[in-house]
Amino acid sequence: MHSNAVSVISDAMPLLLKGLWWTAALSALSIAFATVIGVIVGLMRISGNIVVRGISTVYVNVFRCTPLLVQILFLYFGLPELLNFSWSPEVAGVATLSLNIGAYVGEVVRGGVQAIGRGQTEAGRAIGLSRGLTMRLVVLPQAFRQVIPSYINQCTICVKDSSLLSVIGVAELTMRGESIYSANFQAFPILAAMGALYFVVNYVLTLASRIVERRVSIA
Amino acid sequence: MITVEKLEKTYGGAAPVLKGVDLHVERGEVVCLCGASGSGKSTMLRCINLLETADGGRILLDGKEITGRRSHKEVDRIRQRVGMVFQHFNLFPHMTAAQNIALGPIRLKKTTKAEARKEAYELLAKVGLAGKEESYPRQLSGGQQQRVAIARSLAMHPECILFDEPTSALDPEMVGEVLGVMKLLAAEGMTMIIVTHEMGFARGVADQICFLDQGVIIERGAPNEVLDHPKSERTQVFLSKVLQ
Repeated sequence: MHSNAVSVISDAMPLLLKGLWWTAALSALSIAFATVIGVIVGLMRISGNIVVRGISTVYVNVFRCTPLLVQILFLYFGLPELLNFSWSPEVAGVATLSLNIGAYVGEVVRGGVQAIGRGQTEAGRAIGLSRGLTMRLVVLPQAFRQVIPSYINQCTICVKDSSLLSVIGVAELTMRGESIYSANFQAFPILAAMGALYFVVNYVLTLASRIVERRVSIA
Repeated sequence: MITVEKLEKTYGGAAPVLKGVDLHVERGEVVCLCGASGSGKSTMLRCINLLETADGGRILLDGKEITGRRSHKEVDRIRQRVGMVFQHFNLFPHMTAAQNIALGPIRLKKTTKAEARKEAYELLAKVGLAGKEESYPRQLSGGQQQRVAIARSLAMHPECILFDEPTSALDPEMVGEVLGVMKLLAAEGMTMIIVTHEMGFARGVADQICFLDQGVIIERGAPNEVLDHPKSERTQVFLSKVLQ
């Protein structure tokens, strides 16, 4: 039984690693887009302009209060039907993950910026720095340091949530694994191997976060 | 150089903080604002630096009104001419002392990084902090941080500096070093408006002391007039408490 499980896993490994590559690539892309979206949305959420604030608030709430699985199905099946276009499951998947994680990153950014005391902004403005420069040079660098742990947390969530893309046919790690054990009926070793691969990726991310955090710590 | 006319300020629906304050400050003059907390001293300073918008009255800088609707650019330019030192220093914690000081000149005055850095070192020497250039704020004592904050303000070559209770957040043994720097600036002819409870300092440095109570200046004049012969009862009571 033991040697059997080992050989099952080693046979499946090349395919699983291919899946892992897709998982990592799609997650990395989604995280990159989500970061850009998150910074913009986070700043929009604290804008003085009520329209800007309103748009960002609606966006964040829509993505926070609906299930990711429904969002994935909606963007892959629903939206193309409505607007009469089609896109690949990979592109639709990255779009959905980016928008979903972006909403959460937006909240992380907003919290980080708001945690920086008003005195910092006032000191920047009192020198004569504009609002934009004060944000860029004084507030954001400090906020950035504060949000690293919650930001990395969102990144690990993104990697894990990418498994849901299997339902629209993205050949990432979960879908590869499922197709393997539905053919060889070796669910236990395959699922264990899949779990281990996800774990390794996310654990490395967590360790990296700790190192970055220590390196840029100012407190 | 600074004229405040009938300045009024109310926060939200609360009682007014400033109820028509007048103040005139000549170039090179040192004015101390005194009074109990909540009397409107800090609000007045913040209005002059446009950190708060006045609800009524106006403020003139060299005869030109700075209150009223202004573009962001104009406001930034006015702030470059009027420095501000805060009670809690508000140094940027992610920058060294020298970086804190050089930031404004590099970004706003087209000074080269090398020049700004050189001036930062000179200013730190001036406030008695030679050798602390590369220290981060957290590595400095409160008194040292406040002196860096004064140097940061000086780096913009302001025409006037506003001090908002600069020694109130300091341990007693550090108050002297900060007041010493401020005395030096006064001797150099810097125009200063200082909110302070340090009556000894005010007596020694101020050309004019204004005593605020409930949003109005109830007493003003040379230090010896206000401190030794206060006319209003409120001033007498306040001074008897502060001077104990």
